[in-house]
Amino acid sequence: MSLLEVKQVNHSYDSKKLFKWKNQSNKILIDISFVIEEGTCLGLIGTSGAGKSTLGKVILGIQPPQEGQVLFQGNDIYKADKLTRLKLRRDLQVVFQDSYSSVNPRMTAEQIISEPLENYEKLTVGEQRRRVIELLERVGLNENDLKKFPHQFSGGQLQRINIARAIALKPKLIVLDESVSSLDMVTQSLILQLLSELKDDFGLSYLFITHDIKAAFSISDQIGVLEKGELIELYDSKDQFFSSKHPIVKQLRDSILAEHPRFRTLTTKAN
Amino acid sequence: MEKKNRNILSVRDLQVQVRTKEGSSTLVQNINFDIKKGEILGLVGESGSGKTVTSMSVLQLHDRKSMDITGSITLHDRELNGLENKEMRKIRGKDIAFIMQNPMNAFTPVFTIGHQFIETIRSHTSLKNKQAKDLATDMMESVNLPDPDKLLKKYPFQLSGGMLQRVMIAMAACLKPSVIIADEPTTALDLHSQLLVLRLLDKIRSKYGTSILLISHDLGVISEMADNVIVMKQGRIVETANVYELFDNPQHEYTKKLLRTRPTLYSQKQPYTYML
Repeated sequence: MSLLEVKQVNHSYDSKKLFKWKNQSNKILIDISFVIEEGTCLGLIGTSGAGKSTLGKVILGIQPPQEGQVLFQGNDIYKADKLTRLKLRRDLQVVFQDSYSSVNPRMTAEQIISEPLENYEKLTVGEQRRRVIELLERVGLNENDLKKFPHQFSGGQLQRINIARAIALKPKLIVLDESVSSLDMVTQSLILQLLSELKDDFGLSYLFITHDIKAAFSISDQIGVLEKGELIELYDSKDQFFSSKHPIVKQLRDSILAEHPRFRTLTTKAN
Repeated sequence: MEKKNRNILSVRDLQVQVRTKEGSSTLVQNINFDIKKGEILGLVGESGSGKTVTSMSVLQLHDRKSMDITGSITLHDRELNGLENKEMRKIRGKDIAFIMQNPMNAFTPVFTIGHQFIETIRSHTSLKNKQAKDLATDMMESVNLPDPDKLLKKYPFQLSGGMLQRVMIAMAACLKPSVIIADEPTTALDLHSQLLVLRLLDKIRSKYGTSILLISHDLGVISEMADNVIVMKQGRIVETANVYELFDNPQHEYTKKLLRTRPTLYSQKQPYTYML
Protein backbone atom coordinates (compact mmCIF):
# COMPACT_ATOMS: atom_id res chain seq x y z
CA MET A 1 0.00 0.00 0.00
CA SER A 2 1.38 3.34 -0.91
CA LEU A 3 1.54 6.17 1.58
CA LEU A 4 -0.51 8.67 -0.34
CA GLU A 5 -2.72 8.15 -3.30
CA VAL A 6 -4.48 10.95 -5.10
CA LYS A 7 -7.30 9.73 -7.33
CA GLN A 8 -8.87 11.85 -10.05
CA VAL A 9 -9.10 15.00 -8.01
CA ASN A 10 -11.07 17.82 -9.60
CA HIS A 11 -11.51 21.17 -8.01
CA SER A 12 -12.73 24.58 -9.06
CA TYR A 13 -13.18 27.87 -7.30
CA ASP A 14 -16.48 29.55 -8.06
CA SER A 15 -16.71 33.27 -8.24
CA LYS A 16 -20.18 34.32 -7.14
CA LYS A 17 -21.38 37.42 -8.88
CA LEU A 18 -24.47 39.42 -8.04
CA PHE A 19 -26.35 37.99 -11.00
CA LYS A 20 -26.63 34.29 -11.33
CA TRP A 21 -25.85 34.16 -15.02
CA LYS A 22 -22.53 35.83 -14.38
CA ASN A 23 -21.28 33.07 -12.12
CA GLN A 24 -17.99 31.69 -13.27
CA SER A 25 -16.26 28.54 -12.34
CA ASN A 26 -12.50 28.42 -12.62
CA LYS A 27 -11.11 24.95 -12.84
CA ILE A 28 -8.05 24.78 -10.63
CA LEU A 29 -7.37 21.06 -10.61
CA ILE A 30 -8.36 18.73 -13.42
CA ASP A 31 -8.20 14.97 -13.04
CA ILE A 32 -5.10 14.77 -10.91
CA SER A 33 -3.88 11.31 -9.97
CA PHE A 34 -0.57 10.29 -8.51
CA VAL A 35 1.02 8.18 -5.83
CA ILE A 36 3.68 8.96 -3.25
CA GLU A 37 5.48 5.93 -1.84
CA GLU A 38 6.90 5.86 1.66
CA GLY A 39 10.30 7.54 1.98
CA THR A 40 10.21 9.27 -1.38
CA CYS A 41 9.86 12.83 -2.50
CA LEU A 42 7.60 14.09 -5.26
CA GLY A 43 8.63 17.45 -6.65
CA LEU A 44 5.82 19.46 -8.16
CA ILE A 45 6.85 22.24 -10.51
CA GLY A 46 4.81 24.71 -12.49
CA THR A 47 4.33 28.40 -13.11
CA SER A 48 2.38 30.58 -10.72
CA GLY A 49 -1.34 30.00 -10.86
CA ALA A 50 -0.95 26.41 -12.02
CA GLY A 51 -2.74 25.06 -8.94
CA LYS A 52 0.28 23.78 -7.05
CA SER A 53 -0.71 25.24 -3.70
CA THR A 54 -4.35 24.18 -4.05
CA LEU A 55 -3.19 20.63 -4.61
CA GLY A 56 -1.06 20.92 -1.46
CA LYS A 57 -4.11 22.06 0.49
CA VAL A 58 -6.23 19.24 -0.86
CA ILE A 59 -3.65 16.72 0.29
CA LEU A 60 -3.34 18.29 3.73
CA GLY A 61 -7.07 17.97 4.29
CA ILE A 62 -7.68 21.70 4.42
CA GLN A 63 -9.51 22.00 1.13
CA PRO A 64 -12.04 19.27 0.30
CA PRO A 65 -11.94 18.61 -3.44
CA GLN A 66 -15.19 18.71 -5.38
CA GLU A 67 -14.51 15.35 -6.95
CA GLY A 68 -12.05 12.59 -6.36
CA GLN A 69 -10.34 10.99 -3.42
CA VAL A 70 -7.20 11.44 -1.39
CA LEU A 71 -6.14 8.19 0.22
CA PHE A 72 -3.59 8.29 3.01
CA GLN A 73 -2.45 4.79 3.91
CA GLY A 74 -5.60 3.51 2.30
CA ASN A 75 -8.01 5.79 4.18
CA ASP A 76 -9.92 8.53 2.41
CA ILE A 77 -8.95 11.59 4.45
CA TYR A 78 -12.19 13.40 3.74
CA LYS A 79 -14.40 10.48 4.72
CA ALA A 80 -12.51 9.29 7.77
CA ASP A 81 -14.14 9.46 11.21
CA LYS A 82 -13.03 12.00 13.76
CA LEU A 83 -10.50 9.81 15.49
CA THR A 84 -8.76 8.77 12.30
CA ARG A 85 -8.64 12.38 11.14
CA LEU A 86 -7.00 13.38 14.39
CA LYS A 87 -4.36 10.75 13.79
CA LEU A 88 -4.03 11.83 10.17
CA ARG A 89 -3.23 15.39 11.13
CA ARG A 90 -0.33 14.08 13.11
CA ASP A 91 1.08 12.30 10.12
CA LEU A 92 0.59 15.18 7.69
CA GLN A 93 2.61 18.32 8.30
CA VAL A 94 3.32 21.42 6.27
CA VAL A 95 6.03 24.06 5.90
CA PHE A 96 5.10 27.23 4.01
CA GLN A 97 7.14 29.76 2.09
CA ASP A 98 6.79 32.75 4.38
CA SER A 99 8.47 31.73 7.60
CA TYR A 100 7.50 34.89 9.50
CA SER A 101 3.79 34.63 8.88
CA SER A 102 3.62 30.96 9.80
CA VAL A 103 4.62 31.56 13.42
CA ASN A 104 2.96 33.55 16.16
CA PRO A 105 5.14 36.62 16.80
CA ARG A 106 4.28 36.54 20.50
CA MET A 107 5.55 33.04 21.06
CA THR A 108 9.12 32.02 21.80
CA ALA A 109 10.83 29.33 19.76
CA GLU A 110 10.19 26.88 22.58
CA GLN A 111 6.46 27.59 22.63
CA ILE A 112 6.26 27.33 18.85
CA ILE A 113 7.92 23.95 18.69
CA SER A 114 6.18 22.52 21.75
CA GLU A 115 2.69 23.38 20.55
CA PRO A 116 2.20 20.17 18.55
CA LEU A 117 3.74 18.19 21.42
CA GLU A 118 1.24 19.66 23.86
CA ASN A 119 -1.62 18.80 21.59
CA TYR A 120 -0.69 15.24 20.83
CA GLU A 121 1.65 13.90 23.46
CA LYS A 122 1.31 13.92 27.19
CA LEU A 123 4.80 14.79 28.31
CA THR A 124 6.11 16.18 31.58
CA VAL A 125 7.57 19.67 31.52
CA GLY A 126 11.12 18.36 31.67
CA GLU A 127 10.59 15.76 28.96
CA GLN A 128 8.97 18.26 26.70
CA ARG A 129 11.83 20.70 27.05
CA ARG A 130 14.31 17.93 26.32
CA ARG A 131 12.38 17.03 23.16
CA VAL A 132 12.35 20.66 22.03
CA ILE A 133 16.10 20.98 22.57
CA GLU A 134 16.64 17.74 20.65
CA LEU A 135 14.55 19.07 17.78
CA LEU A 136 16.36 22.40 17.76
CA GLU A 137 19.70 20.65 17.63
CA ARG A 138 18.45 18.39 14.85
CA VAL A 139 17.74 21.40 12.66
CA GLY A 140 21.03 23.11 13.46
CA LEU A 141 20.02 25.53 16.23
CA ASN A 142 20.77 25.18 19.93
CA GLU A 143 19.52 25.57 23.49
CA ASN A 144 20.26 29.30 23.55
CA ASP A 145 17.56 29.87 20.97
CA LEU A 146 14.78 28.52 23.19
CA LYS A 147 13.71 31.83 24.60
CA LYS A 148 14.06 33.88 21.44
CA PHE A 149 11.13 35.42 19.59
CA PRO A 150 10.58 35.11 15.82
CA HIS A 151 11.87 38.61 15.08
CA GLN A 152 15.22 37.69 16.59
CA PHE A 153 15.80 35.01 13.98
CA SER A 154 16.78 35.38 10.35
CA GLY A 155 14.51 33.98 7.62
CA GLY A 156 16.62 30.84 7.28
CA GLN A 157 16.72 30.19 11.02
CA LEU A 158 12.98 30.69 11.33
CA GLN A 159 12.42 28.25 8.48
CA ARG A 160 14.46 25.74 10.48
CA ILE A 161 12.11 26.30 13.42
CA ASN A 162 9.16 25.69 11.14
CA ILE A 163 10.78 22.45 10.04
CA ALA A 164 11.46 21.48 13.66
CA ARG A 165 7.78 22.05 14.44
CA ALA A 166 6.78 19.97 11.45
CA ILE A 167 8.95 16.99 12.43
CA ALA A 168 8.12 17.21 16.16
CA LEU A 169 5.46 14.50 15.93
CA LYS A 170 7.46 12.28 13.57
CA PRO A 171 5.00 12.65 10.69
CA LYS A 172 4.91 10.46 7.59
CA LEU A 173 4.42 13.14 4.96
CA ILE A 174 5.45 16.79 4.90
CA VAL A 175 4.09 19.17 2.30
CA LEU A 176 6.79 21.75 1.53
CA ASP A 177 5.01 24.60 -0.19
CA GLU A 178 7.72 26.83 -1.69
CA SER A 179 9.63 26.32 1.57
CA VAL A 180 13.00 27.38 0.24
CA SER A 181 11.99 29.95 -2.37
CA SER A 182 12.49 33.10 -0.34
CA LEU A 183 15.88 32.16 1.08
CA ASP A 184 19.23 33.17 -0.34
CA MET A 185 21.33 30.63 -2.21
CA VAL A 186 23.58 29.47 0.60
CA THR A 187 20.76 29.19 3.13
CA GLN A 188 18.62 27.45 0.54
CA SER A 189 21.17 24.76 -0.08
CA LEU A 190 21.68 24.26 3.67
CA ILE A 191 17.93 23.80 4.19
CA LEU A 192 17.71 21.41 1.24
CA GLN A 193 20.56 19.42 2.71
CA LEU A 194 18.81 19.32 6.09
CA LEU A 195 15.59 18.16 4.45
CA SER A 196 17.24 15.30 2.65
CA GLU A 197 19.02 14.25 5.84
CA LEU A 198 15.74 14.24 7.73
CA LYS A 199 14.16 12.23 4.94
CA ASP A 200 16.76 9.51 5.34
CA ASP A 201 16.73 9.59 9.15
CA PHE A 202 13.00 9.40 9.73
CA GLY A 203 11.89 7.78 6.49
CA LEU A 204 9.85 10.88 5.68
CA SER A 205 8.04 11.50 2.43
CA TYR A 206 7.79 14.95 0.93
CA LEU A 207 5.57 16.71 -1.50
CA PHE A 208 7.93 19.46 -2.61
CA ILE A 209 6.01 22.26 -4.29
CA THR A 210 8.18 24.83 -6.01
CA HIS A 211 8.78 26.84 -9.14
CA ASP A 212 12.53 26.41 -8.79
CA ILE A 213 13.42 23.51 -11.06
CA LYS A 214 16.96 23.20 -9.78
CA ALA A 215 15.85 22.93 -6.16
CA ALA A 216 13.18 20.40 -7.10
CA PHE A 217 15.68 18.20 -8.89
CA SER A 218 18.17 18.29 -6.05
CA ILE A 219 15.78 16.65 -3.60
CA SER A 220 13.05 14.80 -5.50
CA ASP A 221 12.80 11.20 -6.61
CA GLN A 222 9.89 11.95 -8.90
CA ILE A 223 9.04 15.16 -10.73
CA GLY A 224 5.56 16.23 -11.72
CA VAL A 225 4.78 19.17 -13.97
CA LEU A 226 1.55 21.02 -13.29
CA GLU A 227 0.13 23.43 -15.82
CA LYS A 228 -3.27 25.09 -15.65
CA GLY A 229 -4.55 22.50 -13.22
CA GLU A 230 -3.40 19.48 -15.16
CA LEU A 231 -0.62 17.17 -14.19
CA ILE A 232 0.83 17.08 -17.66
CA GLU A 233 3.84 14.89 -17.04
CA LEU A 234 5.33 12.78 -14.29
CA TYR A 235 8.92 11.61 -14.39
CA ASP A 236 11.06 9.19 -12.46
CA SER A 237 14.32 10.74 -13.57
CA LYS A 238 15.86 13.98 -14.75
CA ASP A 239 16.57 12.60 -18.20
CA GLN A 240 12.90 12.17 -18.93
CA PHE A 241 12.35 15.81 -18.14
CA PHE A 242 15.11 16.86 -20.46
CA SER A 243 14.00 14.66 -23.32
CA SER A 244 10.30 15.48 -23.07
CA LYS A 245 8.71 16.98 -26.14
CA HIS A 246 5.75 18.60 -24.41
CA PRO A 247 5.60 22.33 -25.30
CA ILE A 248 4.99 23.45 -21.71
CA VAL A 249 7.91 21.39 -20.45
CA LYS A 250 10.00 22.84 -23.24
CA GLN A 251 9.08 26.34 -22.17
CA LEU A 252 10.01 25.53 -18.57
CA ARG A 253 13.26 24.01 -19.70
CA ASP A 254 14.11 27.07 -21.74
CA SER A 255 13.58 29.32 -18.76
CA ILE A 256 16.24 27.58 -16.71
CA LEU A 257 19.06 30.07 -16.38
CA ALA A 258 22.56 29.14 -17.39
CA GLU A 259 24.85 27.92 -14.67
CA HIS A 260 27.91 29.41 -16.27
CA PRO A 261 28.24 32.57 -18.36
CA ARG A 262 29.62 30.43 -21.17
CA PHE A 263 26.15 29.00 -21.66
CA ARG A 264 24.25 32.24 -21.51
CA THR A 265 21.51 32.67 -24.05
CA LEU A 266 19.79 35.86 -22.97
CA THR A 267 22.57 38.32 -23.61
CA THR A 268 25.34 38.18 -26.11
CA LYS A 269 27.48 41.20 -25.39
CA ALA A 270 30.20 40.95 -22.79
CA ASN A 271 33.48 42.75 -22.56
CA MET B 1 38.22 56.40 -27.04
CA GLU B 2 38.71 58.21 -23.79
CA LYS B 3 35.15 59.33 -23.82
CA LYS B 4 33.71 55.99 -24.78
CA ASN B 5 35.09 54.26 -21.73
CA ARG B 6 33.94 56.87 -19.32
CA ASN B 7 32.30 55.68 -16.20
CA ILE B 8 28.69 56.66 -15.84
CA LEU B 9 28.46 55.97 -12.15
CA SER B 10 31.41 55.80 -9.77
CA VAL B 11 31.33 55.01 -6.10
CA ARG B 12 34.43 55.69 -4.02
CA ASP B 13 35.09 54.74 -0.40
CA LEU B 14 31.44 54.57 0.43
CA GLN B 15 30.71 54.01 4.07
CA VAL B 16 27.27 53.96 5.64
CA GLN B 17 26.83 54.12 9.40
CA VAL B 18 23.67 54.07 11.38
CA ARG B 19 23.54 56.04 14.63
CA THR B 20 21.89 54.34 17.55
CA LYS B 21 21.69 55.04 21.26
CA GLU B 22 24.60 52.71 21.90
CA GLY B 23 26.80 54.46 19.35
CA SER B 24 27.14 54.06 15.62
CA SER B 25 27.37 50.80 13.77
CA THR B 26 28.76 50.40 10.29
CA LEU B 27 26.53 48.83 7.66
CA VAL B 28 28.81 48.96 4.65
CA GLN B 29 32.37 50.16 4.21
CA ASN B 30 35.10 50.52 1.58
CA ILE B 31 32.71 50.21 -1.31
CA ASN B 32 34.33 51.09 -4.63
CA PHE B 33 32.92 50.40 -8.04
CA ASP B 34 32.37 51.94 -11.46
CA ILE B 35 29.73 51.27 -14.06
CA LYS B 36 30.47 52.01 -17.69
CA LYS B 37 27.94 52.88 -20.34
CA GLY B 38 25.83 49.88 -21.28
CA GLU B 39 27.41 47.68 -18.67
CA ILE B 40 25.54 45.33 -16.40
CA LEU B 41 27.22 45.13 -13.03
CA GLY B 42 26.05 42.23 -10.91
CA LEU B 43 26.00 42.55 -7.14
CA VAL B 44 25.89 39.25 -5.27
CA GLY B 45 25.78 38.49 -1.60
CA GLU B 46 23.77 36.71 1.04
CA SER B 47 20.87 38.40 2.78
CA GLY B 48 22.05 41.10 5.15
CA SER B 49 25.35 41.67 3.36
CA GLY B 50 24.57 45.28 2.47
CA LYS B 51 23.48 45.01 -1.14
CA THR B 52 20.35 47.06 -0.72
CA VAL B 53 22.02 49.56 1.63
CA THR B 54 24.59 50.23 -1.09
CA SER B 55 22.01 50.72 -3.80
CA MET B 56 19.90 52.95 -1.61
CA SER B 57 22.82 55.19 -0.77
CA VAL B 58 23.42 55.73 -4.49
CA LEU B 59 19.92 57.15 -4.64
CA GLN B 60 20.33 58.95 -1.32
CA LEU B 61 17.25 57.25 0.02
CA HIS B 62 18.60 56.82 3.52
CA ASP B 63 17.29 58.88 6.37
CA ARG B 64 20.01 61.45 6.95
CA LYS B 65 18.97 62.08 10.52
CA SER B 66 20.03 58.64 11.61
CA MET B 67 22.48 57.58 8.93
CA ASP B 68 25.94 58.86 8.03
CA ILE B 69 26.97 58.39 4.44
CA THR B 70 30.59 59.22 3.67
CA GLY B 71 32.55 58.82 0.47
CA SER B 72 31.75 59.94 -3.00
CA ILE B 73 29.07 58.88 -5.45
CA THR B 74 29.34 60.51 -8.85
CA LEU B 75 26.97 60.33 -11.78
CA HIS B 76 28.40 61.86 -14.98
CA ASP B 77 31.06 63.49 -12.77
CA ARG B 78 28.42 65.09 -10.61
CA GLU B 79 28.63 64.46 -6.89
CA LEU B 80 25.42 62.97 -5.52
CA ASN B 81 26.36 62.39 -1.90
CA GLY B 82 25.04 65.21 0.24
CA LEU B 83 22.92 66.69 -2.51
CA GLU B 84 19.77 68.50 -1.42
CA ASN B 85 16.64 66.43 -1.46
CA LYS B 86 15.09 68.80 -3.96
CA GLU B 87 17.94 68.22 -6.40
CA MET B 88 17.92 64.48 -5.77
CA ARG B 89 14.26 64.26 -6.70
CA LYS B 90 15.11 65.51 -10.17
CA ILE B 91 17.67 62.74 -10.56
CA ARG B 92 15.63 59.87 -9.17
CA GLY B 93 13.48 58.39 -11.88
CA LYS B 94 15.10 60.46 -14.60
CA ASP B 95 18.81 59.73 -14.47
CA ILE B 96 18.73 56.81 -12.09
CA ALA B 97 15.70 54.56 -12.07
CA PHE B 98 14.98 51.96 -9.45
CA ILE B 99 13.29 48.59 -9.89
CA MET B 100 12.28 47.02 -6.62
CA GLN B 101 12.09 43.44 -5.55
CA ASN B 102 8.42 43.37 -4.72
CA PRO B 103 6.32 45.01 -7.43
CA MET B 104 3.19 44.74 -5.30
CA ASN B 105 4.62 47.11 -2.71
CA ALA B 106 6.19 49.53 -5.16
CA PHE B 107 2.86 50.88 -6.40
CA THR B 108 0.27 52.78 -4.44
CA PRO B 109 -2.82 50.60 -4.29
CA VAL B 110 -5.21 53.57 -4.37
CA PHE B 111 -4.28 54.96 -7.80
CA THR B 112 -4.47 53.31 -11.19
CA ILE B 113 -1.30 52.27 -12.94
CA GLY B 114 -1.88 54.90 -15.59
CA HIS B 115 -2.13 57.63 -12.97
CA GLN B 116 1.19 56.62 -11.42
CA PHE B 117 2.87 56.11 -14.77
CA ILE B 118 1.83 59.51 -16.11
CA GLU B 119 2.73 61.21 -12.84
CA THR B 120 6.30 59.92 -13.16
CA ILE B 121 6.59 61.13 -16.74
CA ARG B 122 5.05 64.53 -16.13
CA SER B 123 7.13 65.31 -13.06
CA HIS B 124 10.32 65.00 -15.09
CA THR B 125 9.31 66.35 -18.47
CA SER B 126 7.19 69.15 -19.81
CA LEU B 127 4.92 66.75 -21.66
CA LYS B 128 1.18 67.34 -21.62
CA ASN B 129 -1.14 64.74 -20.20
CA LYS B 130 -2.06 63.39 -23.61
CA GLN B 131 1.54 63.07 -24.76
CA ALA B 132 2.55 61.45 -21.51
CA LYS B 133 -0.21 58.92 -21.97
CA ASP B 134 0.98 58.12 -25.48
CA LEU B 135 4.51 57.64 -24.22
CA ALA B 136 3.24 55.35 -21.47
CA THR B 137 1.27 53.29 -23.98
CA ASP B 138 4.27 53.00 -26.27
CA MET B 139 6.50 51.90 -23.41
CA MET B 140 3.98 49.33 -22.23
CA GLU B 141 3.82 47.93 -25.73
CA SER B 142 7.57 47.65 -25.94
CA VAL B 143 7.65 45.50 -22.80
CA ASN B 144 5.15 43.09 -24.41
CA LEU B 145 2.19 43.96 -22.25
CA PRO B 146 -1.08 43.30 -24.03
CA ASP B 147 -3.74 46.01 -24.30
CA PRO B 148 -1.82 48.92 -22.76
CA ASP B 149 -4.82 51.25 -22.85
CA LYS B 150 -6.86 48.87 -20.76
CA LEU B 151 -3.98 48.14 -18.40
CA LEU B 152 -3.43 51.81 -17.65
CA LYS B 153 -6.91 51.97 -16.17
CA LYS B 154 -6.32 49.05 -13.85
CA TYR B 155 -5.23 49.07 -10.24
CA PRO B 156 -2.03 47.36 -9.16
CA PHE B 157 -3.79 44.51 -7.37
CA GLN B 158 -5.58 43.53 -10.57
CA LEU B 159 -2.34 42.48 -12.23
CA SER B 160 -0.10 39.51 -11.57
CA GLY B 161 3.38 39.97 -10.12
CA GLY B 162 5.09 39.34 -13.44
CA MET B 163 2.96 41.89 -15.27
CA LEU B 164 3.41 44.47 -12.56
CA GLN B 165 7.15 43.97 -12.63
CA ARG B 166 7.07 44.63 -16.39
CA VAL B 167 5.03 47.77 -15.82
CA MET B 168 7.67 48.89 -13.34
CA ILE B 169 10.42 48.24 -15.87
CA ALA B 170 8.47 50.21 -18.48
CA MET B 171 8.22 53.07 -16.00
CA ALA B 172 11.91 52.86 -15.20
CA ALA B 173 12.91 52.84 -18.86
CA CYS B 174 10.49 55.41 -20.26
CA LEU B 175 12.66 58.42 -19.45
CA LYS B 176 15.77 56.69 -20.78
CA PRO B 177 17.78 56.93 -17.59
CA SER B 178 21.54 56.45 -17.69
CA VAL B 179 21.48 53.99 -14.83
CA ILE B 180 18.86 51.48 -13.71
CA ILE B 181 19.25 49.93 -10.31
CA ALA B 182 17.43 46.61 -10.26
CA ASP B 183 17.18 45.25 -6.74
CA GLU B 184 16.35 41.54 -7.00
CA PRO B 185 13.99 42.17 -9.92
CA THR B 186 13.04 38.54 -10.44
CA THR B 187 13.08 37.00 -6.98
CA ALA B 188 9.32 37.19 -6.57
CA LEU B 189 8.55 35.84 -10.03
CA ASP B 190 8.14 32.38 -11.44
CA LEU B 191 10.59 30.94 -13.93
CA HIS B 192 8.95 32.02 -17.14
CA SER B 193 8.22 35.58 -16.06
CA GLN B 194 11.78 35.76 -14.78
CA LEU B 195 13.00 34.99 -18.25
CA LEU B 196 10.77 37.65 -19.79
CA VAL B 197 11.89 40.29 -17.31
CA LEU B 198 15.56 39.54 -17.82
CA ARG B 199 15.15 39.63 -21.62
CA LEU B 200 13.50 42.99 -21.24
CA LEU B 201 16.32 44.43 -19.15
CA ASP B 202 18.79 43.30 -21.76
CA LYS B 203 16.69 44.85 -24.51
CA ILE B 204 16.63 48.18 -22.70
CA ARG B 205 20.36 48.00 -22.17
CA SER B 206 21.11 47.38 -25.83
CA LYS B 207 18.51 49.83 -27.11
CA TYR B 208 19.30 52.85 -24.96
CA GLY B 209 22.79 52.03 -23.70
CA THR B 210 21.53 52.08 -20.15
CA SER B 211 23.88 50.85 -17.45
CA ILE B 212 22.33 48.44 -14.99
CA LEU B 213 23.29 47.66 -11.43
CA LEU B 214 21.74 44.22 -11.01
CA ILE B 215 21.40 43.04 -7.46
CA SER B 216 20.63 39.37 -6.99
CA HIS B 217 21.43 36.38 -4.88
CA ASP B 218 20.63 34.07 -7.74
CA LEU B 219 23.82 33.06 -9.52
CA GLY B 220 21.77 31.95 -12.50
CA VAL B 221 20.61 35.52 -13.07
CA ILE B 222 24.14 36.79 -12.67
CA SER B 223 25.64 34.28 -15.08
CA GLU B 224 23.02 35.13 -17.71
CA MET B 225 23.18 38.87 -17.42
CA ALA B 226 26.21 40.42 -15.79
CA ASP B 227 29.40 41.65 -17.43
CA ASN B 228 31.23 42.23 -14.19
CA VAL B 229 30.38 41.05 -10.72
CA ILE B 230 30.89 42.34 -7.21
CA VAL B 231 30.61 39.90 -4.33
CA MET B 232 29.66 41.38 -0.99
CA LYS B 233 29.84 39.90 2.45
CA GLN B 234 29.13 41.53 5.77
CA GLY B 235 29.18 45.03 4.38
CA ARG B 236 32.39 44.75 2.40
CA ILE B 237 33.29 43.90 -1.16
CA VAL B 238 35.24 40.67 -1.05
CA GLU B 239 35.71 40.14 -4.76
CA THR B 240 35.34 42.08 -7.99
CA ALA B 241 35.80 40.25 -11.26
CA ASN B 242 34.66 39.72 -14.79
CA VAL B 243 31.79 37.27 -14.79
CA TYR B 244 33.75 34.60 -16.68
CA GLU B 245 36.68 34.85 -14.33
CA LEU B 246 34.40 34.70 -11.33
CA PHE B 247 32.79 31.46 -12.43
CA ASP B 248 35.97 29.84 -13.70
CA ASN B 249 38.38 30.97 -11.08
CA PRO B 250 36.79 32.32 -7.92
CA GLN B 251 39.32 33.89 -5.57
CA HIS B 252 37.60 34.49 -2.29
CA GLU B 253 36.51 31.67 0.02
CA TYR B 254 32.96 33.01 0.14
CA THR B 255 32.63 33.10 -3.65
CA LYS B 256 33.83 29.53 -3.84
CA LYS B 257 31.25 28.55 -1.27
CA LEU B 258 28.51 30.32 -3.23
CA LEU B 259 29.46 28.50 -6.40
CA ARG B 260 29.78 25.17 -4.65
CA THR B 261 26.48 25.24 -2.82
CA ARG B 262 24.16 26.31 -5.59
CA PRO B 263 21.69 23.68 -6.72
CA THR B 264 22.78 22.27 -10.01
CA LEU B 265 21.45 20.29 -12.90
CA TYR B 266 24.87 19.17 -14.03
CA SER B 267 25.16 15.47 -14.52
CA GLN B 268 28.84 14.59 -14.24
CA LYS B 269 30.35 17.04 -16.71
CA GLN B 270 27.81 18.10 -19.25
CA PRO B 271 25.29 20.69 -18.22
CA TYR B 272 21.78 19.61 -19.04
CA THR B 273 20.87 23.03 -20.30
CA TYR B 274 23.28 22.64 -23.15
CA MET B 275 22.75 19.06 -24.10
CA LEU B 276 19.58 20.01 -25.91
